[in-house]
Amino acid sequence: MSAPAPTLTDDVLAAPAEASRSRVPSGRLLLGLLLPLALALGWELAVRSGWAQGRLMPPPSRIFATLSALAASGELWTHIGATLLRVLAGFLLGAVAGTVMGAVAGTSDTMRRIFDPSLQALRAVPSIAWVPLFILWLGIFEASKVALIAVGVFFPVYLGVAGAIEGIDRKLVEVGRVFRLGRFEMVRRVILPAVLPSWLISLRSGLGLGFMFVVAAEFMGASEGLGYLLVDGQQMGRPDSILAAIITFAVLGKLCDTILVLSTRPLVRWQDTVRDRL
Amino acid sequence: MFVVEDLSKTYSDGTHALSDINLTVAAGEIVALVGGSGCGKTTLLRLVAGLDQASRGRIVVDGETITAPHPFVGIAFQEPRLLPWLTVADNVGFGIHDVPAAERRERVIDALARVHLAEHAGRWPRELSGGQQQRVSIARALVARPRVLLLDEPFSALDAFTRASLHDHLLTLWEASRPTVVVVTHDVDEAVTLADRVIVMRPRPGRLYETITVHAERPRDKLAVGFDKAKRRVLNALDRSLKTSDIEPPKTADAGAAHWW
Repeated sequence: MSAPAPTLTDDVLAAPAEASRSRVPSGRLLLGLLLPLALALGWELAVRSGWAQGRLMPPPSRIFATLSALAASGELWTHIGATLLRVLAGFLLGAVAGTVMGAVAGTSDTMRRIFDPSLQALRAVPSIAWVPLFILWLGIFEASKVALIAVGVFFPVYLGVAGAIEGIDRKLVEVGRVFRLGRFEMVRRVILPAVLPSWLISLRSGLGLGFMFVVAAEFMGASEGLGYLLVDGQQMGRPDSILAAIITFAVLGKLCDTILVLSTRPLVRWQDTVRDRL
Repeated sequence: MFVVEDLSKTYSDGTHALSDINLTVAAGEIVALVGGSGCGKTTLLRLVAGLDQASRGRIVVDGETITAPHPFVGIAFQEPRLLPWLTVADNVGFGIHDVPAAERRERVIDALARVHLAEHAGRWPRELSGGQQQRVSIARALVARPRVLLLDEPFSALDAFTRASLHDHLLTLWEASRPTVVVVTHDVDEAVTLADRVIVMRPRPGRLYETITVHAERPRDKLAVGFDKAKRRVLNALDRSLKTSDIEPPKTADAGAAHWW
């Protein structure tokens, strides 16, 4: 005795759409801006009312003026462009290498025993310690800077991927076995989707470290880039320039992280998380 | 039909999980395996599913020896084990990826309709209740049209009402294609409701202890005297199996040869 199959439309079989409620996080955005705006306003008032000199810590209006001048002259965009290119190149190299090595260590016990102890030891080396070696090996130009950023990105991605593979629910892999998936199909249909959320989180961590390492990289002797702007501000005794570079770093880092999150969110919309409820 | 011959399983740590299992299940028959914890019910099911290798003996399904997961054999586990990144429909169609898309779609729709979840086809597993997820799991096992369906305590985590409802669903599905069904359960009520034969196992090592045949038309009336009698026979056998686990079991007995109903 079988129940008649109802006619199903493509709409019914399709994956559920995003929740219909508004995704514009206007309230949350304003909340996030509350603290920096309050601090900026407080400092501005303190300097204007004469409570503080603002010589070593210039008020927001002066930092904004410096930023505007740098933007108007085109210098700011040159520095941003140079820094972003280095971060992007280093991020791609580090992410690819970290993913491959993480996958190798995560799937093969022997490979993990060979590589993991050395990689964990190298992970403990401070970023700045690599600088002289990379300059000797790769010269003072772009290659050494990109290599340093790639090192920074590599470790969180490696750890994230290897840990995610080791942590895959054995029971889900068994479902693949029940349906006789071959090795390639098992990776494509079970392993990759299972590690995807952890991989994306590790990419975010890697990107954040990429922005940290680009400063060290640009301290190596760059002639452009936001790190150069920092060094230049220090040498010229211009704290407004240093703070302008720091603020630009913060905005760029947040922007890149947001782009990464938004562009990958559709891939993990199946997750049952508290993200949208907190 | 499937035949289990002289099957034994010893794990690498020396645990002797199963010893000398001999069992024949006829095509279209429903058999329930009951027994105390550690008596090897799940081990036996995993061996029949081809998920583990026997230390000795063999399993033959329709003339083919099972040594690895086989298209003849489907299994639904204690937990639904739905892949959270696939929609309900994609989970159901997961095991028939080699079927042409149009036919796959048709079979998925049909399988979902049979478990009354057609309207949930596009949802994520997390959006379903435990009972609904288990129905999807059973639909996924059945959509591949197995000749043998193995159910490893599939209803144990559900409340009594949902469990009763799923018993009805399962029997309806079984009526449609009459696969051979082996269900592992701790619930004697469930075993007598579903099975043609209830096989009591005993532990250390796992062995078949006693077989109780249930002669009754389905659906079975749980208030009938015969139902209660059958339950008591199974419970008695279970009790004896646990007390006598270190001595030889009685020969398999058709304890239900009498028509209790």
